[in-house]
Amino acid sequence: MNDTLEWRDIAFLREVERLSGTPVSACVQCHKCSAGCPIGREMDLLSSQIMRLIHLGGEEEVLKCRSIWLCASCEACTSRCPMGIDVATVMDTLRILAARRKLRVPGKRGETFYRSFLSSVRRHGRIFELGMLTAYKFRCFDFLTDLDKARKLLAKRKLSVLAPRSANVAQVTEIFQRADEEERNR
Amino acid sequence: MKYAFFPGCSLESTAWDFKKSTLSVCAALRLELHEIADWICCGSTPAHASNASLAVALPVFSLLRARDMGMPVMAACASCYSRLRTANYKITHDPAECSRAERITGMPYDGSVQVQHILDVLANDLGTEEIRRNVSHPLGGLKVACYYGCLLSRPPEIVAFDDPEYPTCMEEVLRVVGAEAIDWPYKTECCGASLSITDPDVVRRLGYRLLSMAHRAGAECIAVACPLCQSNLDLRQADIGKSFGEVPEIPILYITQLLGLALGLSVDELALEAPAVDAMPLLAKHGILNPAEGGKRS
Repeated sequence: MNDTLEWRDIAFLREVERLSGTPVSACVQCHKCSAGCPIGREMDLLSSQIMRLIHLGGEEEVLKCRSIWLCASCEACTSRCPMGIDVATVMDTLRILAARRKLRVPGKRGETFYRSFLSSVRRHGRIFELGMLTAYKFRCFDFLTDLDKARKLLAKRKLSVLAPRSANVAQVTEIFQRADEEERNR
Repeated sequence: MKYAFFPGCSLESTAWDFKKSTLSVCAALRLELHEIADWICCGSTPAHASNASLAVALPVFSLLRARDMGMPVMAACASCYSRLRTANYKITHDPAECSRAERITGMPYDGSVQVQHILDVLANDLGTEEIRRNVSHPLGGLKVACYYGCLLSRPPEIVAFDDPEYPTCMEEVLRVVGAEAIDWPYKTECCGASLSITDPDVVRRLGYRLLSMAHRAGAECIAVACPLCQSNLDLRQADIGKSFGEVPEIPILYITQLLGLALGLSVDELALEAPAVDAMPLLAKHGILNPAEGGKRS
């Protein structure tokens, strides 16, 4: 990692712009996105810093940062950007690229949650919360966090012990397969 | 008025009280809801953060079924609403997205099925005057902080039914049913959404900011219209107190539960026993419910 910021390679900027469909190069570093970010305090790189690092070709820096997995997709940055950059979608693109390159990322739990969630949808057509959360806990090897919440939810009938039934599971599986193909060709 | 109802996964589980109260309120206001029979999950954040094609295709699958019903779609979950609208937006603005979705779902779709949130339906389709006409049990000045969270008002070019920074439709609805909608600065701040699963510390900090601000602004309860806002503020309220210091208990109720009370619906019809923070003492204090009769309405 370089200590000084200097222009390295435009290929990464072009790739992020193509995949996100939003003009990252238009960023004028006003920092409005960072100022309004609810998670800014926990982030290792603020969103405006991420935009600048993309300009500079800092691929490794942004794809390995914790921030991209902490973004809650609240869309405040996207709504407020005076240059019309869809910052939240850029965060999505960076998560997709980081996952695709199988980087060892500090926010691994985010990716693990997404995988557990989507495999539940793939299997049932809808989310089976209890199954999805159990799979997530196994993958993270974390069984104790929020166990009390699960108990409360069960008592309030807010977690079903039975998986939902959707008539379209076969079609949903096809959608997942074709969407994976489309992503590979993007 | 008829709508194709998209409940979404949360309303089938963690937010079953939102579904029950939505169905009860819509029936009382003669809004006809027809559930999209074989809807599937919208994909939510896990889809748009890991596969952009899937994030469009999953909503389109359900929208195609709604198109055959010939009615506008109504969603109650803010995240489903946002994902369905985003899919429509992408399909109408980007021909490449449109043909990609067609290849994935195997059916052509032009993004034309109208998608509305229940707040939009209540405030704009039905209107506050019509709601006022149906009030039988006004809420007696109950002080409510209206909390919209993120996705009901952002980004404006996609959701577009109220002001993105300072929406007011929830306040308008609650005012006509006799509540006092207090003003507060955090109504569109984020609750942390699904970070509650991966990074609960962050969600506790955000929850504390929201609860303490609502309390300082004089709110006795918070009205929400999103399953994640509800669960992050309600289920985690005890933890938030432990981490950051006590804030007096604030019930977190769905807008449909509060509205339903004013329409004279019962505790059971509105699933008022479902939230973790008990709302009954507050509702009894305002004479909205009679605890001696087990919460029955007079």
